[in-house]
Amino acid sequence: MSARDRILAKLRGSQPAQAKALPDLAAHYAPRARGESKAERLARFRTGIEGFHAEVHVTTESDWPALLARLCADKQVGTLMFGAATPAGRRLAGSSVPNVELRPWAGQFEDIKADLFHRIDAGFTQARGAIAETGSLIVWSSAAEPRSLSLVPPIHFALLDAATIHPTFYDALVSENWAAGLPTNALLISGPSKTADIQQTLAYGAHGPKELVVLVINAEGDAA
Amino acid sequence: MSTQARNTAGQPIAFVSAQALRARMHDAVNDAHLRQSFRGAMDFLMAKRAAQFPDEGELDSLRGLSEAIRQYSLTKLPDLLEQLEANLTRNGVQVHWAETPDEANAIMLDIARRHQAKLIVKGKSMVSEEIEFNHAMEAAGVGALESDMGEYIVQLAGEKPSHIIMPAIHQTKQQIARLFAEHIPGVDYTDNVDALIQIGRRVLREKFEEADIGLSGVNFAVAETGTLCLVENEGNGRMCTTVPKVHIAITGIEKVVEKLEHVAPLFSILTRSATGQAVSTYFNMISGPRRGDDRDGPEEVHLVLLDNGRSQAYADEQLRQTLQCIRCGACMNHCPVYTRIGGHAYGTTYPGPIGKIVSPHMMGLEQTHLLPTASSLCGACGEVCPVKIPIPELLIRLRGEANSAPHANPAMVGQGAGYDAKISLLWKLWARLYARPATYRAFTWLATRFRFLTPKQQSGWTAARTPLKPAPRRLRDMVKDRR
Amino acid sequence: MSSHTPGTPARTYPPRPEAVYFYATCLVDMFVPEAGMDAITLLEREGIRVIFPDNQTCCGQPAFTSGFPEEARQVVASQLDLFPGDYPIVVPSGSCAGMILWHWEKVIGADPALKARAAAVAARTFELAEFLLHVVGFNRKDEGPATTVTLHTSCSARREMGTHLVGRELLARLGNVSLAHHDHESECCGFGGTFSLKHPDVSTAMVSDKVAALKATGASQLVTADCGCMLNITKRAAREDQDAGRSKPSLPGEHLATFLLRRTGGKQA
Repeated sequence: MSARDRILAKLRGSQPAQAKALPDLAAHYAPRARGESKAERLARFRTGIEGFHAEVHVTTESDWPALLARLCADKQVGTLMFGAATPAGRRLAGSSVPNVELRPWAGQFEDIKADLFHRIDAGFTQARGAIAETGSLIVWSSAAEPRSLSLVPPIHFALLDAATIHPTFYDALVSENWAAGLPTNALLISGPSKTADIQQTLAYGAHGPKELVVLVINAEGDAA
Repeated sequence: MSTQARNTAGQPIAFVSAQALRARMHDAVNDAHLRQSFRGAMDFLMAKRAAQFPDEGELDSLRGLSEAIRQYSLTKLPDLLEQLEANLTRNGVQVHWAETPDEANAIMLDIARRHQAKLIVKGKSMVSEEIEFNHAMEAAGVGALESDMGEYIVQLAGEKPSHIIMPAIHQTKQQIARLFAEHIPGVDYTDNVDALIQIGRRVLREKFEEADIGLSGVNFAVAETGTLCLVENEGNGRMCTTVPKVHIAITGIEKVVEKLEHVAPLFSILTRSATGQAVSTYFNMISGPRRGDDRDGPEEVHLVLLDNGRSQAYADEQLRQTLQCIRCGACMNHCPVYTRIGGHAYGTTYPGPIGKIVSPHMMGLEQTHLLPTASSLCGACGEVCPVKIPIPELLIRLRGEANSAPHANPAMVGQGAGYDAKISLLWKLWARLYARPATYRAFTWLATRFRFLTPKQQSGWTAARTPLKPAPRRLRDMVKDRR
Repeated sequence: MSSHTPGTPARTYPPRPEAVYFYATCLVDMFVPEAGMDAITLLEREGIRVIFPDNQTCCGQPAFTSGFPEEARQVVASQLDLFPGDYPIVVPSGSCAGMILWHWEKVIGADPALKARAAAVAARTFELAEFLLHVVGFNRKDEGPATTVTLHTSCSARREMGTHLVGRELLARLGNVSLAHHDHESECCGFGGTFSLKHPDVSTAMVSDKVAALKATGASQLVTADCGCMLNITKRAAREDQDAGRSKPSLPGEHLATFLLRRTGGKQA
């Protein structure tokens, strides 16, 4: 008998005959769903993630590349890496970002690992959506936008469409039926990396990005 | 395998005998610096948690839901483990099972050897502490480096974590500054926290780049999707599970839930209960190694499922509730005993109230029978537990298991380890007295009339208090007089 | 039903009864009888007949919490028949009331008939303070001089009985008494029954902190509705006084019943 079989046999030997009732999550979340407007939802998201030291800039579909260029200049970004095979990546590739080397991800991680760790100042990814309740970005990795783009470079720029902000994590994963198919890596990101492991003193820039900059496309155009 | 065949004495965990435990508690209580730093840290964490739950109705609802999810998952545990295994395998994750710490270490050492690994970089994992993973790897010539800032500090200092969420909570920034200056080449003393963190970042980033294997724990394993969920703030967990070619995750068998949606409330109540954060910086959902046209991520992902006494707790309906735990640490943050002795005094991987109820299953009652007695049963732990584990009830139950007369085929390893014939006889006499009202009346009459004979030394009571003395007349005498 | 759940289910309180059973607890019977007597007087003064079952001994809690369930069962079994009439049972202690309310049914064993009897007893068991507030509607004129007191609520009253606000409310009804809150008010005093004997180091640390916090309020005295906590705290304070050579107690304590009675005209109705 293997360890597996022995463990399972022990558990089966004492498993209750009847499973407890399946918990009713909808009953908990339904009264908490808010009939809020897109603007209110964006405002909640913004307050949340800014509380975690992220920078938020509201922009438009047409203006975001120029905004990104300005932010790169402000932050003295020399090299920005991005995934070229996404709609945003294609826009970015065709935009003018003065004094910044725009470097599309090319090849396998191993090919560019040293550059990612030592020579790339910022990574750019799209966010799949966000969560208003906690101020979290939803980032799904893909072949076009690998995991490490939002992890290794010291600055992470994320492009978010305000229309994709969900009230809660629960709403996001249920309404989009995540259970039907997750990527190899899905993330919620709420601010730059941080730690309070030394005397409960909060310090940012632990192991991941030191800065998280969110560019929110607000189609209604109320760039407040 | 029968319970008797399980030899807990063979475990590599550094045991603390009952006598040594008393001495450690004595020393800790009398360490003014330690007392002050834990009090301050626990007050800080309690206030942060309280601020996360301004609405008592919402807290009640979320706790009820979280408890229901954990209990539901446990009633289906063997089914969910099989479903998890099937879906992880489908996703390309290799699943291993281990009954003991030794088995778990052997599995991981085997993976390390196959990859000729020199360095394993570790994200925070209490299960890896439970099995003394670092020692096992070092003994075999494989480096194991902690990368969570707190764990890194504790490892540099040659210590163990004193808190399951904040491992270095017992260290001041000055101590850490000295530690860094002594152990990290080219580093001068600085007690600026930002500077210290940047030093850690610089050292550890090199290690992420260089490591052959990344190790992590698991906060929730989702059966229906074959997903491993990790909660963290620093990004080291993501580094360990993204950068090295091999990722090994290790977890206790109890951490599985059925549905992906079940992690939403559990994640929310975990971070809010633990550190009083609305959410952690990262919630990392891993559903397999690099596959298809993925450009990064580990080429191999392994999951080690560890029993180590959990199936013993599972076998009993009441003790099974122990396995509802999501390891938030709120029970220790609110524990008046933990606040006064800190995490190290316990001598177990998991300190505080949860440690007192989980360690007896992992290590046997021979080594741990005194732990459940080190509680005033004040109930603060049960009050804040996000999954409503009735910790005080379980402490009482374990006291009973330890007190019971040893018998041939114990349901718990070490049952009866705290048996003391004299104490048992005293309680038998007590019951004789108090279950027979006439005898009780005679005894109390004598005790009050001969109160001048009351001893002045009353065991632990008079260590710090003036002695108790019966009143000259009992209440029942006063009641009679008046009528 | 699980114990130690905060905000235990809001209880339904009966209308003011003609009579009650008074379950004094072993500690009150032998060590603090005046608190029991004062509680009885408080109830009688409100026109409630108080029945004192002579066969009462102990609720079984010491053995139960020490991990001797069989010994606890024997004692509980001897107490089940003390309350034949359908009157409420009033207990001047949160921890003993909590024992009856939450644990008797479990301790008594598997026999459904015994369980049902234990549950029936539990259902009409009330802690004195909640009974005074919610059933009696205690509202007597405070006749004492202006004073400031501090209140310690036992962990059982707080977490098993859910009555931590009751003591405050009763004190608030005394016009000349102000209540000084102390630091870490919800924290245990470190008694814990045999815990104080088995782990004197930690228990002492806890009670010393509690004494310091209570004294720091500058209140003239301590009021508490639990004799276990009261003896723990006041005997620790007395020992500190003794060690420091003080003759006047620096932290005198009274049971809530004694304090309420003294402030509101004493024994005369």
